[in-house]
Amino acid sequence: MTPELFIQYLFAGITYGIIYAIVAIGFNIIYNTTGIINFAQGEFVMLGGMIAITMHSVMPIPLAIVAAVVITMVVGALIEMVFIRWLESPSVLRMIIITIGISILAREVALHIWGESVRALPYFIGNEVTSVSILGAKISPQVLWVIGVCSLMVAGLSLFFKFTSLGREMRACAANRRAATLCGINTKNMVTLSFVLSAGIGAVAGCVMSPITYSDYSMGPNLAIKGFTVAILGGLGNSVAAVTAGLLLGIIEAFSISVLPLAFQDAIATSILLLILFVRPHGLFGSSEAASLKEF
Amino acid sequence: MDLFKRYFPVFSLLAVVVGIQVVTHFTETTYYLTQLTMSAYYSVVVIGLCVLMGYGGQISLGHAGFFAIGGYLAGALTTHNLITLKGHRLVSLLDNVGLLVDSKGLYGGDLLTVEPWAACIIAVLTAGLIAFAIGGPILKLKGHYLAMATLGFGIIIYRIALASAYFGEADGISEVPGFKLLPGIEVSGSFVSRVLNYYIAWGMVIVAVILLLNLIHSRVGRALRSIHGAEEAANAMGVNTARYKLYIFVLSAVFAALAGVFVTHYNGGIGPSEAGVMKSVRYVAIVAVGGMANIWGALIMGIVLNFLSLRGVFGSYDDAVFGVILIIIMLFAPQGILNINPGQKVKSLLSFFVSKSGEETTE
Repeated sequence: MTPELFIQYLFAGITYGIIYAIVAIGFNIIYNTTGIINFAQGEFVMLGGMIAITMHSVMPIPLAIVAAVVITMVVGALIEMVFIRWLESPSVLRMIIITIGISILAREVALHIWGESVRALPYFIGNEVTSVSILGAKISPQVLWVIGVCSLMVAGLSLFFKFTSLGREMRACAANRRAATLCGINTKNMVTLSFVLSAGIGAVAGCVMSPITYSDYSMGPNLAIKGFTVAILGGLGNSVAAVTAGLLLGIIEAFSISVLPLAFQDAIATSILLLILFVRPHGLFGSSEAASLKEF
Repeated sequence: MDLFKRYFPVFSLLAVVVGIQVVTHFTETTYYLTQLTMSAYYSVVVIGLCVLMGYGGQISLGHAGFFAIGGYLAGALTTHNLITLKGHRLVSLLDNVGLLVDSKGLYGGDLLTVEPWAACIIAVLTAGLIAFAIGGPILKLKGHYLAMATLGFGIIIYRIALASAYFGEADGISEVPGFKLLPGIEVSGSFVSRVLNYYIAWGMVIVAVILLLNLIHSRVGRALRSIHGAEEAANAMGVNTARYKLYIFVLSAVFAALAGVFVTHYNGGIGPSEAGVMKSVRYVAIVAVGGMANIWGALIMGIVLNFLSLRGVFGSYDDAVFGVILIIIMLFAPQGILNINPGQKVKSLLSFFVSKSGEETTE
């Protein structure tokens, strides 16, 4: 393998990896405030991309993306209010099945609105053949957009959770819901907020990745299973580790193409998921003791 | 008395099955029997999953995977021609033992394929062994982890079916021959044996139901319910929870694989959509609608929903219907549709809204 090819694969891996990390962080945000794994997480990414593409026919790209993100956030809030908010201490099995149902419903609605065709947003700068040269490898500027936007989002989220009072309230809710309620935090609103937030970051990821990976109604479950793999790999609830784990998975997948047939690429993430669940369910980076103490 | 109570529904079922056949015979609507046969096979998967989920409390989003292992292996073994390998020692050994059949192909060529009985046993054993192998580590997991792990297993099987030439890639396997259970009794989609196949399928359902009913009223059933209730407590009481969970997981996988084998012979083929995640979700949905720990509920819902779906009643909204069913059942009737007490439901909803508005006025 030439050094140029190596860098090419590396960037492809990083691009996908950071998107998986965003999906994983979406899982983590909701998991931390509710203890629910939202199986519909991938659908937020799909909705973001598809809505932006539709919006783009009537408005410029930046506006279309903002509109798509806002609409997806509203959808996230609605999902929480309609399906989850009023349930009193539902069992895990029940929540799994409800979120799976939501995911199917979102996908079917998308199928009936947009059809089966594969669409894409145009490239933010230039077109498919524009490239910048990095260490001899040709990289599309869109890849840099994906990496840049997602990194900013991760940084912004960790600042939000550390320094703003709203972020602190959400963390309090995650650490101990009852104690947070006693301190006067409206935990129900925090749960809604966590759905809004994870819908929002999912939609942003869906928009920036759309020119490279394309969007279609059925992309959600695949992203969700990979995002979940990453979330588990990093240790459920740990968003910083999720980024590392996401990059790891993305790079492994990218390089696997040079060894394995493309058709098996998706099976790799799933096999890693099964392996990690069997061997280290608390994640690569988490210790089993720390797993019992939930923190961001 | 107890036995009578347990078996009375079985006899009623038998009567209904015969009744439907007679009615369709006289109203000349025998075409319904085809979908009823298919629904019966799918219901075998559903009742197996029902015991795993409802009684054992272990969710599986990978049962379409086991169904596909059974169907695909049976289909591939009985269709792939081994004639070019005839000189091979293993093949000639199998031939001598009588596990292979010679026949004439559509275009007059010689076909040498595995005997359906042997293929069926291989397929079901393989599914059972895979379930046994992955069941150990998978069933240590709980809740979300278990759901995702079984989902992952299903995806891997789907990918293998879709990516390997041996299993026909996206086209699946077609022209699977019939399965002669006994001389004169053949599982196949041919027009003349429609009624016979209807009874074969329902015979399988009834045997499966009797087996499971006896199972859940036995020591195993009690152990499973104790695991569902409180696994740690069951463990402390001396119930070998890991062994019982594995036992029921393998059993439900074998049920799914057996149904897969029969459906493949009945349809004369199998495609990758049978292994898809949506199929697994559909089985879970039916179990949920039936009321989780309720074999009869799962069976009735399995027949009704699969029949409607196969008749194309839901049109292009097929998957959407199952999604909506899942959500509505889990939101409003987690105990299943047969356990709804409408009066009480309205009352609790009313009280919810009353308390809600009460809260708002006090704030």
